[in-house]
Amino acid sequence: MDWLLRPEAAGEKIVVMVIAILLFAAVMALILFAVDRPKRISGTVVAVAFAGPAIILVTIGLIYPAILTIINSFKNKNGSAWVGLDNYSQAFSNPELLLVLRNTAIWVILVPLLSTALGLIYAVLVDRTRGEKVAKALVFLPMAISMVGASIIWKFVYEFKPNQPGVKQTGLLNQVIVWLGGEPQQFLSTQPWNTFFLIVVMIWIQTGFAMTILSAAIKAIPDDIIEAARLDGLKGMSMFRYITIPSVRPALVVVLTTIAMGTLKVFDIVRTMTGGQFGTSVVANEFYTQQFRQANQGLAATLAVILFVLVIPIVVYNIGQMKKVEEIR
Amino acid sequence: MSYPAIESTTLVETADGGGDERRRGRLRRSKIAERSESAASRLSSPWASAVAILVAILWTIPSVGLLVTSFRPELDIRRSGWWTGLTGPFTVQNYETAWSGSGGLGPFFVNSFVITLPAVLIPITIALLAAYAFAWIDFKGRNFLFVAMFALQVVPLQVALVPLLKAYVDMGINGTFWSVWISHAMFGLPLAIFLLHNFMKDIPPALVEAARVDGAGHVKIFFQVLLPLLVPAIAAFGIFQFLWVWNDLLVGLTFTDTGSRPITVAIAELAGSRGGQWHLLTAGAFISMIVPLVVFFSLQRYFVRGLLAGSVKG
Repeated sequence: MDWLLRPEAAGEKIVVMVIAILLFAAVMALILFAVDRPKRISGTVVAVAFAGPAIILVTIGLIYPAILTIINSFKNKNGSAWVGLDNYSQAFSNPELLLVLRNTAIWVILVPLLSTALGLIYAVLVDRTRGEKVAKALVFLPMAISMVGASIIWKFVYEFKPNQPGVKQTGLLNQVIVWLGGEPQQFLSTQPWNTFFLIVVMIWIQTGFAMTILSAAIKAIPDDIIEAARLDGLKGMSMFRYITIPSVRPALVVVLTTIAMGTLKVFDIVRTMTGGQFGTSVVANEFYTQQFRQANQGLAATLAVILFVLVIPIVVYNIGQMKKVEEIR
Repeated sequence: MSYPAIESTTLVETADGGGDERRRGRLRRSKIAERSESAASRLSSPWASAVAILVAILWTIPSVGLLVTSFRPELDIRRSGWWTGLTGPFTVQNYETAWSGSGGLGPFFVNSFVITLPAVLIPITIALLAAYAFAWIDFKGRNFLFVAMFALQVVPLQVALVPLLKAYVDMGINGTFWSVWISHAMFGLPLAIFLLHNFMKDIPPALVEAARVDGAGHVKIFFQVLLPLLVPAIAAFGIFQFLWVWNDLLVGLTFTDTGSRPITVAIAELAGSRGGQWHLLTAGAFISMIVPLVVFFSLQRYFVRGLLAGSVKG
């Protein structure tokens, strides 16, 4: 049975995958067959058969672990003793962890604002132009690839070589600086600017998301409004300011809050580009470091809970706005 | 001064209320033409289009750099910038080394594939059934359970990882594909149920009622009435979940070991341990991106819809 758990060759792995899928299909078929047979069967039994698997899975996969994590956040490093609020007071007083919180705040403020602004401007500029489709695909593309891939792309842009005769820069950004007559920089290890260079990567990814939603919102502005405004003599910037922005306001809020939620949980970029070194760590990355590098389970649990608590207000606001957008539609 | 014009459009539209569909269509078409004209005139302001083109170029250059570099000989990569090597020489040596050299990515690519397929199929199936129950079966506590499910969408995975990891270790399945499949299935469910439920609710109740009157049970209604109508929704969520799992780092990092590691984890590790070896990193990164890119270009419509719908996950 060991090969079922740890297949080694590629062929074995695929066989195990097929077995898993068949096993799953068999279980589901059995459940459906059981509730389909009896002629008279109560609604509750059918409901349990249909919704039961999902409810069981989220209970053991999300609810129960979340409760354990909250409990662990009040315990020490290895979970052997209660420490009350020590982990929380440490998270908000230890200088290194304060830096982590400060970085997270910078991320959550800058990424949504800048990527939404860029996405909006771009959506307006390419709206109803000849190359609109291609132009949008180019900016949306980063959304498709993994954040690990995006991080490697940008790490290469930031690549640094010392400025010596005979040594050519291989990172594009440093080459541009050299062309302009400057000194090459170590973008990823120079504090505090390195955090901003990591943020650029997230903006590069999220602008496509903002652009797509806002572009749809712009296209949904009723023709009469635009026509009336034009007849009133509005054009260019004033059209943008007085018609476009107010019309897409609800969509703007949804985009801002959605990106903020994603940014709060950002982990891949920081981990791949700096590993959280050089003062660039954020809460989601510090969680991983504390749990798996420092073996401090209590503090890691606390950071996870902090993440959870920070997401809640954004989510509540987001849901409210989303409802408004849907009503307008 | 502008009043008469506005009035005349309103008049036209009320006249249309009588049902002259064709005329309304013509009117709309002419308006669209007008608007695109106005957009064109706006963009003929040269610096507006210049800005748009500049942004598009800025957004594309980093990826082009990666792509070009991955085809350059190793020595060239180290000695000069990729912008000097646009005319060649090119080689596929980096891809060969990255795929099958020591610590090559080939096996990890297979792992990603093996992880992704069940991690998409399982949550979709379970979620379809649950969404059906929430939409079309009357039972006690239905609304409460659905709202709870909805709320679970936003639980950060970090709060669930460590207790799950311990459970997997106790069960002896930690580091196997099974733990990753189960995790992705559980994490994907809330969003899947929410999305599919919304689509199911949009199906006219009359259809379901008619089937019921004909004596069809829930299982039959589910398979014969609803499932065919849900194909676009399933495609949209399927693509979203596929890319989410394929591109995932956190779950893979936590629950897999060397034998089951997905390609994202392998590449992230490569970036940490051999960060200077750009010939391997660029080719490797591109190998990991090829699947999402193919999906993106071939299924763009579903893809955008799925991504937008699922943007709060995680």
